[in-house]
Amino acid sequence: MESSRKRRVHGMLKLYYGMNEEGKAAEQAKSLDPCDINGPHFDHEVFLNKLRRECSLAELMDQETCMVKQIRSLDSDMQTLVYENYNKFISATDTIRKMKNDFKKMEDEMDGLSANMAAITDFSASISGTLQDQHAQITKLSGVHTLLRKLQFLFELPARLNKCLELQAFAQAVRSHRRARCVLQQYSHLPSFKGIQDDCHAIMDKLAQELRQKFRDGGSSAKDLSECVELLLQLDEPAEELCDKFLSHARSRLELELQALEAEITPCPSASAVKDPPARRLPSAAAAGSPTDNLPKTGATPSPTSNTDILEFIDRGCNEFVSSLCLVITSYQELFITHAQTGELASKNIPQMASAKLNAFVDDLAARYFSLVERRIQEEKGVGDNSLLVRALDRFHRRLQAVTKLLPGSAVAHRGTEIVMRAATERVKQYLSALQSFYMDSLTDVRQALATPRLAGASGPGGGAHFGGAAASGRDAPTSLPELLSSLSASILNQIKSVLASVHLFTAKDITFSNKPYFKGEFCSQGVRESLVVNFIKFVCQSSRQFCDNAGDKGGSTPPALLLLLSRLCLDYETSTITYILTLTDEQFLVQHHSPVTPVTTLCAEAREAAQKLLNHYVKVQGLIISQMLRKSVETRDWVNTIEPRNVRAVMKRVVEDTTSIDVQVGLLYEEGVRKAHSSDSSKRTFSVYSSSRQQARYAASYTPSAPMDTNLLSNIHKLFSERIDIFSSVEFNKVSVITGIIKISLKTFLECVRLRTFGRFGLQQIQVDCHYLQMYLWRFVSDENLVHFLLDEIVGSSAHRCLDPAPMEQSVIEVICERG
Amino acid sequence: MEDDAPVIYGLEFQARALTAQTAETDAIRFLVGTQSLKFDNQIHIIDFDDENNIINKNVLLHRAGEIWHIGASPADKAVLTTCYNKSESRCFLLSRLRSLPLRSSDSRVVSCAAVWRMPSDWETGSNESPDDSAHNPQTLELLCHLDDGAHSNAACVLWEPMGDGKRVISLADNHALLWDLQESSTQATVSSSATLEGKGQLKFTSGKWSPHHNCSQLATANDTAIRGWDLRSMSQIYCIENAHGQLVRDLDFNPNRQYYLASCGDDCKVKFWDVRNVQEPVKTLEEHSHWVWSVRYNHSHDQLVLTASSDSRLILSNMVSISSEPFGHLVDDEELSEGEENHHEDKGKEPLQDSVVSTFEEHEDSVYAAEWSSADPWLFASLSYDGRLVINRVPRALKYRILL
Repeated sequence: MESSRKRRVHGMLKLYYGMNEEGKAAEQAKSLDPCDINGPHFDHEVFLNKLRRECSLAELMDQETCMVKQIRSLDSDMQTLVYENYNKFISATDTIRKMKNDFKKMEDEMDGLSANMAAITDFSASISGTLQDQHAQITKLSGVHTLLRKLQFLFELPARLNKCLELQAFAQAVRSHRRARCVLQQYSHLPSFKGIQDDCHAIMDKLAQELRQKFRDGGSSAKDLSECVELLLQLDEPAEELCDKFLSHARSRLELELQALEAEITPCPSASAVKDPPARRLPSAAAAGSPTDNLPKTGATPSPTSNTDILEFIDRGCNEFVSSLCLVITSYQELFITHAQTGELASKNIPQMASAKLNAFVDDLAARYFSLVERRIQEEKGVGDNSLLVRALDRFHRRLQAVTKLLPGSAVAHRGTEIVMRAATERVKQYLSALQSFYMDSLTDVRQALATPRLAGASGPGGGAHFGGAAASGRDAPTSLPELLSSLSASILNQIKSVLASVHLFTAKDITFSNKPYFKGEFCSQGVRESLVVNFIKFVCQSSRQFCDNAGDKGGSTPPALLLLLSRLCLDYETSTITYILTLTDEQFLVQHHSPVTPVTTLCAEAREAAQKLLNHYVKVQGLIISQMLRKSVETRDWVNTIEPRNVRAVMKRVVEDTTSIDVQVGLLYEEGVRKAHSSDSSKRTFSVYSSSRQQARYAASYTPSAPMDTNLLSNIHKLFSERIDIFSSVEFNKVSVITGIIKISLKTFLECVRLRTFGRFGLQQIQVDCHYLQMYLWRFVSDENLVHFLLDEIVGSSAHRCLDPAPMEQSVIEVICERG
Repeated sequence: MEDDAPVIYGLEFQARALTAQTAETDAIRFLVGTQSLKFDNQIHIIDFDDENNIINKNVLLHRAGEIWHIGASPADKAVLTTCYNKSESRCFLLSRLRSLPLRSSDSRVVSCAAVWRMPSDWETGSNESPDDSAHNPQTLELLCHLDDGAHSNAACVLWEPMGDGKRVISLADNHALLWDLQESSTQATVSSSATLEGKGQLKFTSGKWSPHHNCSQLATANDTAIRGWDLRSMSQIYCIENAHGQLVRDLDFNPNRQYYLASCGDDCKVKFWDVRNVQEPVKTLEEHSHWVWSVRYNHSHDQLVLTASSDSRLILSNMVSISSEPFGHLVDDEELSEGEENHHEDKGKEPLQDSVVSTFEEHEDSVYAAEWSSADPWLFASLSYDGRLVINRVPRALKYRILL
């Protein structure tokens, strides 16, 4: 209430003093009203008139009291304000007065200060004026002093350099010279400096000379050498030349090592003479070299044993050559590349030049080293210990990694890997040939084993003696065919396994190169599987086939038993061995068939074909042997004038014996096979069939002139109902089929030979007897006894035709003779 | 177009000897000699009528013995030679009459060779009444024996190819005898001879007179070897040792390539040789399943080779690679100029490969002889032991392929 009132009062005061300018516009409307008692345009006349006109008396009375009341409050307000403001004015006046006094005092002090300052300025001006001269002098003097010191250094430089030279403190000399070089260069137009410069140049040349000498001598250690090179570089020696020198120096040392290596490769007497000079030189080089080098070893081993094994060789190569090479590379890089990159030399493209040189150098030397290694690897002909070679190659490869690490751009590692690959491939080839020769050797052994009992049992009748002989000789002659077969196939399989194991070393996990893509992929699939295993199997088949081809004409060179054995071997290969070997290979080598590989089926087909061919050939050869006997027996006899038959001819017995022995032989390796079912009285039926044919023969023999066609007719009718017989046809893989083939060949020969002869009566009878004898014994060997019957009928029939006096023998007589033997 | 069926003719007797009538170039005619020990042997003259597929036969008696080999004169149609076995059982009988021991060594079989002439009217006689001829056949007229008294056991007689019918060679045991026939072949004299010498009993099994080099060469087979002889000096000029694994059965010269020779034998193989290089055969065929007894080049188209075997088969092979007319050589310049079309067709054809053209299985017994006709180059005959003669033709497809 109070405050609002106060504000109103303030507001009115403001109005009064016209301070409220911003409210003018708003108040104008109000203030224009002359009746507004608070407005500035208040017209008391108008206001009073208005009041009198409008208001009643009571209202006028009220207005009047209100007015009085307001006037009174206004008065009191005014009094209060005046009083308050008066007090404030009084105190303000007091303050102003006091200030007036203080200022007066301060003005006096300021005057004093300015007077003092002026004095100080005067003084300082006078002092600096006095000191000016001396200061300039001192500055000049100190400049002269430094110059003089520099000059002194310059003048003393030649002497100092000389001294350094004497003391071999090349580094200090070079440092000094470097410091003076620019100055000397700058002031070289002054004769005195020129003199110094010339002196310095002379000394530095000498020094450089000496450094170069030291460098060239090569006797210094790597550290010395590098220091040397560093100094020379600082002496502005051309870097290229230095690189060359450095490298040529390194080269000479490395070449010595290479020569030592080479000397080990060629252990022939002429080489030992050549080898001597380097060997003699070596110790000196080694002695001069620092002991940290691996050189001493070279000196210590001038290869007294000419033929070190490959591991030792590679070891030596690694320890000497490769590590020296690494050392050279390191120091070279430090000197010319790393170092140069930091210094001002970098601008001159020296690192590039230097690394190019280094690469060429390394490539060159590595190439020579590689050629040595390759020569040495090629000397590894024997397949004895593959692990040695693998370890050697591993070491070789591993050590090259160091070079690669040092020299990332170099092709050394790549070429090294190539060498390892070549060596591995070469090794696989060697294993293949070793396997092949092993196979041929075992065949020779088998051949000998086959020949031995034959000699022993030559006197006895074929099969029995063979069999009995083997049984009698007991354990020390394990020459029976199944044993031979199993031992042969087992030894071949073992050999393959051991070879696989040896080759497997190449892919062992701890071998560094085994994780190269070549060894993971191509080596396994192409190298081992294809060129080793598959090729070997192919070789087996092929060599088997060769037995058929080259021996085919005379049939004599290869013993038939061997043919039989090989045939069985090939068949076994077809059925199981090939699959086994290939599965083994695939498992061991984790062959991934990226590239097309020979499928198992192809190999099996090949093996089967070989087996078939061998068996056919066996049949042919055995058939031929019997055929020859029969043919000779028919051709050499005078059948017209022969005597009446008393016995079966010996040759027939021999034929039966041989057939029996062949039967036994084949039975050892092949299954019985399918026979056409015999009736229980097979032998009787045989007789009946035979006797009917005999009757036919008798009939044929006694035909009359009126019916000359009948015989032909009969025989033709017979043929119409029997199948055509292929004589030299393919046989099946069983005993019966084989024996049938042999008998077919023999009997057909017999037939053809008979047809070329002319017989007398007894000749015919002899043939009858012989045929009956064959009939008695041969039917049991063949798959279809009718075949034997048919051929024997043909023989008897043909001989009856070729008989001048065809009078056949009584069947009963024939039987008696045959049973008598 | 189907091929004509084979024509089969049956003889009463067993037979091995077959030849074409060499001097006859118009009619297709074959001569067959029979083998019979009991009856008079015959020579069958087989005429084949190509158009009607009919066979005409005429029989001439050959009383001397069973015929092992037969050869027709290249100059005179009516003249032929035979090698025959004469059994001298008469001596045997005589000796029995004289009551000599039964096991007389007198009884023996002798091989002889002789030149014969057919009677001039054999043809007319047969035409009138074929039945008569069977009952009352005419007999061959003997011209002369090829026998000088010293050599016997003739294996075969060879006429001089394309000669005037005056010279023959007979192979007897280990001798090759060159005969001159004089006075209408009624007299034969040995003009020269060659003898094969060596260990054991050597015996010529077969031979062939080369039509090349002015007919101055002869090839013979004994055991597994083939030998070439120069007839002027009667000396050996080449020798193929172990030409076959076993006995060599037959030889034939390529009619157009003078150094090429075919052979066959008991190893079931047919081999082709270049006699200038006898180490290796040029080509080997292994189609037969038993001994091969005969090999014959076609006279005009030497790629066609006929082989006969005791597996009862006859095989016709087309040996293009070693023939004198390799594929495409037959095309004349004129034909080439005819037009592009022909040319293209030729190119479209694939070159023929060495191959078996066909296997003829009409025989039931061993086939010992096969011969091409001298009149028709596309026709051939084969003879099996049971007396069956089969006349076949080259398949038409092949024929046109060769001709066109």
